Amino acid sequence: MYTTDMSGNKKAEVVAEDPEELAAFEARVANDEFIEPKDWMPEAYRKTLVRQMSQHAHSEIVGMLPEGNWISRAPNLRRKAILLAKVQDEGGHGLYLYAAAETLGTSRDEMTEALLSGKAKYSTIFNYPTLTWADIGAIGWLVDGAAIMNQVPLQRTSYGPYARAMVRICKEESFHQRQGYEIMMHLAVGTPEQKRMAQDALNRWWWPSLMMFGPPDEKSPNTAQSMRWRIKRDTNDELRQKFVDITVPQAEAIGLTVPDDKLKWNEERGAYDFGEVDWEEFAAVVRGEGPVAKERLQARQKAWDDGAWVREAARVHAEKRANAKVAAE
Amino acid sequence: MSDPSKEWPLWEVFVRGKGGLSHRHAGSVHAVDAKMALEHARDTYTRRMEGVSLWVLPSAQIVASDPGDAGPLFEPAEDKVYRHPTFYKIPDGITHI
Ligand SMILES: [Fe+2]
Ligand SMILES: [Fe+2]
Repeated sequence: MYTTDMSGNKKAEVVAEDPEELAAFEARVANDEFIEPKDWMPEAYRKTLVRQMSQHAHSEIVGMLPEGNWISRAPNLRRKAILLAKVQDEGGHGLYLYAAAETLGTSRDEMTEALLSGKAKYSTIFNYPTLTWADIGAIGWLVDGAAIMNQVPLQRTSYGPYARAMVRICKEESFHQRQGYEIMMHLAVGTPEQKRMAQDALNRWWWPSLMMFGPPDEKSPNTAQSMRWRIKRDTNDELRQKFVDITVPQAEAIGLTVPDDKLKWNEERGAYDFGEVDWEEFAAVVRGEGPVAKERLQARQKAWDDGAWVREAARVHAEKRANAKVAAE
Repeated sequence: MSDPSKEWPLWEVFVRGKGGLSHRHAGSVHAVDAKMALEHARDTYTRRMEGVSLWVLPSAQIVASDPGDAGPLFEPAEDKVYRHPTFYKIPDGITHI
């Protein structure tokens, strides 16, 4: 899964840095070199990365909820095993990214706290509910599809640990998208009711998926700096266009209709023209007004609280055993 | 607020991809002890047969060179071109060398 850059309206703050070190850093990045944890980096770069990587990690973790909701109700054992593996992968993605973000000096607990307090964001897409089994198909196909589009360029992002985590993640995402498309494919040739279910899921997930690429370029003031720092490698609108161009034929191939009456192939551009995303809705979901935003955070809070005694007991037990070992020696 | 002394320690994970290869750094996990670190490493970094063997060690135990010392540490090798076979001119016609 992927996080949208929701910092849209805030300009990254400028801290006075040593101009010589800054110039050397900028040159290295411009030269496509990788920056590693102990290397000098501007404070704004560190902050932007922590925000982006932790948002991304939170998205993977919160993203387990809408799909986890269907594991016990998957239509057969094959689908159940696949969904279980997929959701486990998302947990893994969250962990790779938290570990990579920790190399920047922010602890795991600090990041968890930021998520639970609402200070840190996660992708708006997960604040929509999964109403039917077809939603699991639509999520794999569209949401993981959009995630792949966002993530592939990040394998060459300038921060080494982030880039390496992204390589690992991208290897795993492609199965996610294919299993989702396969679900949709089967529903689309099923009973009229199943086909309706697939179309309904596409109708509900299409626009939120387009929102995953973030606000339009002219409303994304940090894009230029993030591109210069190779934290971002393509603009939001470029990726959104690419996603539409790739996905529309996939929908047509299985007889489903993309819910956009402005959608039209533009011969001249060699790309689809498409309707305007409802940015009001996007802004509302970013503000935390998504249909199931409260449930999502409550679920994370409950997991954190319910696990507190386990974390504590394991820690104390290990300490005791270590002490006993020292005493015995 | 988070209390750093209560956070499970960090471990670095190294995976041997297959027999004959050396262990390679994969990432890190939090765990209270070595046994748990191995379990978490297995679940996190080898879900697709990425490895046949795992190493974990406390991150705090790693001693790393300072990037600021990269010059004095690694540059002296640059003027020792005679360490490379291409430095030596062997006449055409001489083979297997
Ligand atoms: Fe993921
Ligand atoms: Fe995924």
